[in-house]
Amino acid sequence: MSENDVKTNGFKVVGTRPNRPDGTDKVTGRAKFGADMAAPGMLHAAIVRSPHAHAKIIKIDTSKAEALADVKAVMTRADFADGLTGGDWDVLENIMAGEKTLYDGHAVAAVAATSPLAARDAAKLIDVTYEVLPHVTDVDKAMVTDAPIIRAGTADASVPEGLHPNVVRYHESGHGDVEQGFADADLIIEDSFKTEATHQGYIEPHACLAQMGNDGRAELWCCTQGHFNVQKICAKVTGTDASQIRVTASEIGGGFGGKTAVFIEPVALILSRKSNRPVKLVMSRAEVFRATGPTASTSMDIKIGMTKTGKITAGQGVFRLQGGAFPGAPSDLTAMCAFAPYALENVHQVGYDVMSNRPKQAAYRAPGSPMAAFAVESVIDELCNKLGLDPIEVRLMNASKQGTKASFGPKFDRIGLVETLEAAKSHAHYAAPLGEGEGRGISCGFWFNHGGETAVSLALSEDGTAALSVGTPDIGGSRASMCQMAAEELGIPYDKIRTTIADTATLGYNEVSHGSRVTYASGLATIKAARDAVDKLCGRAAAKWGIDRDAVFWEDGCAKPSGPNAGDFDPIPLAQLTARMGATGGPIVGHFEATPEGAGVSFATHIVDAKVDKETGQTSVVRYTVVQDAGKAIHPSYVEGQFQGGAAQGIGWALNEEYIYGEDGRLQNSNFLDYRIPVASDLPMIDTVIVEVPNPGHPYGVRGVGETSICPPLAAIANAVSGAAGVRLTQLPMSPPRILEALDQQASG
Amino acid sequence: MKYHSPKSFEDAAAIAQNADGITRYLAGGTDVLVQLRADVVTPDDLIDIKKIDGVHDITETGDGWTIGVAVSGAEMSEHPALGMEWPGIVEAMDLIGSQQIQGRATLVGNLCNGSPAADSVPALVAAGASVTLTRTGGTRTVAVEDVPTGPGRTSLEKDEVVSAVNIPKQVENGGDAYLRFIPRTEMDIAVVGCGVNLRLDGDTITEARVSLGAVAPTVLLVEEAAKAIIGTTLDGGALEALASAASTACNPIDDKRGTIKFRTHVAGVLAKRAAKIAYDRAKGVK
Repeated sequence: MSENDVKTNGFKVVGTRPNRPDGTDKVTGRAKFGADMAAPGMLHAAIVRSPHAHAKIIKIDTSKAEALADVKAVMTRADFADGLTGGDWDVLENIMAGEKTLYDGHAVAAVAATSPLAARDAAKLIDVTYEVLPHVTDVDKAMVTDAPIIRAGTADASVPEGLHPNVVRYHESGHGDVEQGFADADLIIEDSFKTEATHQGYIEPHACLAQMGNDGRAELWCCTQGHFNVQKICAKVTGTDASQIRVTASEIGGGFGGKTAVFIEPVALILSRKSNRPVKLVMSRAEVFRATGPTASTSMDIKIGMTKTGKITAGQGVFRLQGGAFPGAPSDLTAMCAFAPYALENVHQVGYDVMSNRPKQAAYRAPGSPMAAFAVESVIDELCNKLGLDPIEVRLMNASKQGTKASFGPKFDRIGLVETLEAAKSHAHYAAPLGEGEGRGISCGFWFNHGGETAVSLALSEDGTAALSVGTPDIGGSRASMCQMAAEELGIPYDKIRTTIADTATLGYNEVSHGSRVTYASGLATIKAARDAVDKLCGRAAAKWGIDRDAVFWEDGCAKPSGPNAGDFDPIPLAQLTARMGATGGPIVGHFEATPEGAGVSFATHIVDAKVDKETGQTSVVRYTVVQDAGKAIHPSYVEGQFQGGAAQGIGWALNEEYIYGEDGRLQNSNFLDYRIPVASDLPMIDTVIVEVPNPGHPYGVRGVGETSICPPLAAIANAVSGAAGVRLTQLPMSPPRILEALDQQASG
Repeated sequence: MKYHSPKSFEDAAAIAQNADGITRYLAGGTDVLVQLRADVVTPDDLIDIKKIDGVHDITETGDGWTIGVAVSGAEMSEHPALGMEWPGIVEAMDLIGSQQIQGRATLVGNLCNGSPAADSVPALVAAGASVTLTRTGGTRTVAVEDVPTGPGRTSLEKDEVVSAVNIPKQVENGGDAYLRFIPRTEMDIAVVGCGVNLRLDGDTITEARVSLGAVAPTVLLVEEAAKAIIGTTLDGGALEALASAASTACNPIDDKRGTIKFRTHVAGVLAKRAAKIAYDRAKGVK
């Protein structure tokens, strides 16, 4: 699609801020989330989990639990399908341990009983004999020679010889001659950085209701970011045909990437198959922390050279990511995003995917990118400080533009980084004076965005309204945006369209709601499906008028003859065409099924003011401004919400959130008291500026916005805190003890 | 599990005395119910003391205040006079938990849960508060600082139950304050807590009590810290001496909530800050 095809003005519905269609359900409690579903005769399940970080399972004795009258089914790994390999085996092994438990909280067995309490009590009676093995939970320690091996032979062909077997994937990219680049620099800064694993922190724990008969037919209700993916995985691990498992996605109480993985649904299905009863399975918060995916923790080394005037001459980064007991930490994405905002002649990056005895990391909002930005943008900030340069001017001087060869290879198409920097520079926040004890931080951030398999169906009703079915769970207000885009195309009011997240039996395969893809891909699909329906409507009008289809066009919700030569006919509104559709050719349904590939990358620039109490090390974020390129904001309120949400989660990640493991390899803080996400009073009002540089790959220019917003905060806050404290903070979270320690070391050294 | 709702403290004590297994008293339940759900404790006998007459009352006596064992944090905060006289105690209690927790949580529960990090306890200790313990056929009064004996443990006998909290009358030219350190702004547990209660004669401190929470297995009443400011006008030297005495008294642990070094340092910082607030209050500065 060329840019000429992108509609950039004349919108009637797009760009307005109507109430979300699911709003009333959510504020009245009528909305049904994962745990809200019930079925007659339903059982409740509980999972037995490993108390050890790394242990061989010697024996599982289920006899005491099975002897209870309230217990209707008990299961272990032996009840799953055999013969899975590769990534499928990894998924199954994470759902329930086979020969070894690989992290504290790893599922070992499960029971279904007549009440939640009975299930919990029965789970305690399942006697598992373990042989405890040495464990490792730190990324750097997992790479050294004598580190315990999580699973030999896991490394793929990318890993160079001589590395520890826990290093399972290796990434290297870049271009130019970094040594020459460093030789050309007036100042080179090298530093090392660490970030801790953080959880997505969605408020709704994983929950599902499953029914599966001995005939293999199954119904599954669950909270997920992608029910088609749930269907696929459940089919594989239970040994069932995918089409026999119908999955319906509930409303979702947050996911942020963490609900793209599958943990409990196959367990509930198998317990249902064994008990011949519906089975409900709801995770506790502690289970969510221990056994679902936090993001990877990192250890990173960055080296950047700069001239006196601010030109970056070379950038180099090494990124080690600990992704838990399975391959898959996004070390490649971390490496690729690290220098993406900058047009560098010389750049080189290396990524290591390292296994350890922690839960398998899962996607978390721009997986891998925020940590890379933290490391790179901290060094750029330090260079600006040392050279006395303005941090926005330096970023503008080096900014990637259309045609820039990206640090990860391809040339950028139309992008809006410069526009975000210009908007940040001219924002009142950037000129505002700082208060006592405050520092200001700037950072840019980058995310790829994604398209992915997408199927949409738009059925017109006899009364001139429309039922839009999409297959991407609504995790950020997407039903409102879909209604807006359909209304724009059809020319009927926003509230005459109902968008439903259809089940897996209704639509073709839809990739999960991830990669900031929904407003882009399902939106593109909605527009194309609406255009398909409009084409059919125009055909009915053409037939009625007895003229060619090509002589009819669609405007303001009506079919119209395209000019005087087409004939002199009164426009026919949509509702008149649909009222007679049964007699004029049958139902009118618009479709779109494809894999859109023009997602359009996105950049952001954040400005943060932070105040540090040097006596206690406590940080308060006093002012925050997000500037981000949205391409085109379909519903500006929800775009702003995504900007604010990314910043809020970034504040938590930067300041207080962390997975804390004891010497015993057990997670110490599996609750919201000790895993400290920000509370409302920790956050300032987060100001937002929407920049709109159209994405040539979408009919309205949309770029995904959900993930880029969490890329700059770690670095921007670290730069602000470092400025306020007067000492560079290189490890996240920048908790009060760490800030005091850094101040102490500075004072003594 | 057996649930009891006695009508008197004597009956409650008798139930506890006759119980064989694990007993828990239920006031607001904001600790007990959480512990139950988390499998920390599964009591055999749960004795609800909320249905005893008078337990919801805040009573001003000639000697001070009597706070019923079921009085919630919200009721203390909304009382028209208690917070005017003892702002430190009321603010300490108000720091605990959310709005919903405030509707249930009690001083006695906070004390008898035995957490070294309990917010209201250092404030009560600084104020010189005591509790009345009832057993079959008698009562005794114990200073608040003598109730906790270690994390999760108290000095109460098996057949004793707290039947009231007694707060003395604040002296003339007296003022109290409580501060805690948490990494967030609310909904958290004290990493360090500090209560200060003092009395002035003119600008000079004549009496003082300084207490610390979350820096030792139990709440600490730090006499050396009080001595550091008695006889002073809380000048810079006195504040430094106070901070040093507070830090010296600390015997904390390294855990997920804070390091030994951090807690020890911040105890001194909070002591200074709380003392300044108490001093201003004693002077009548709003």
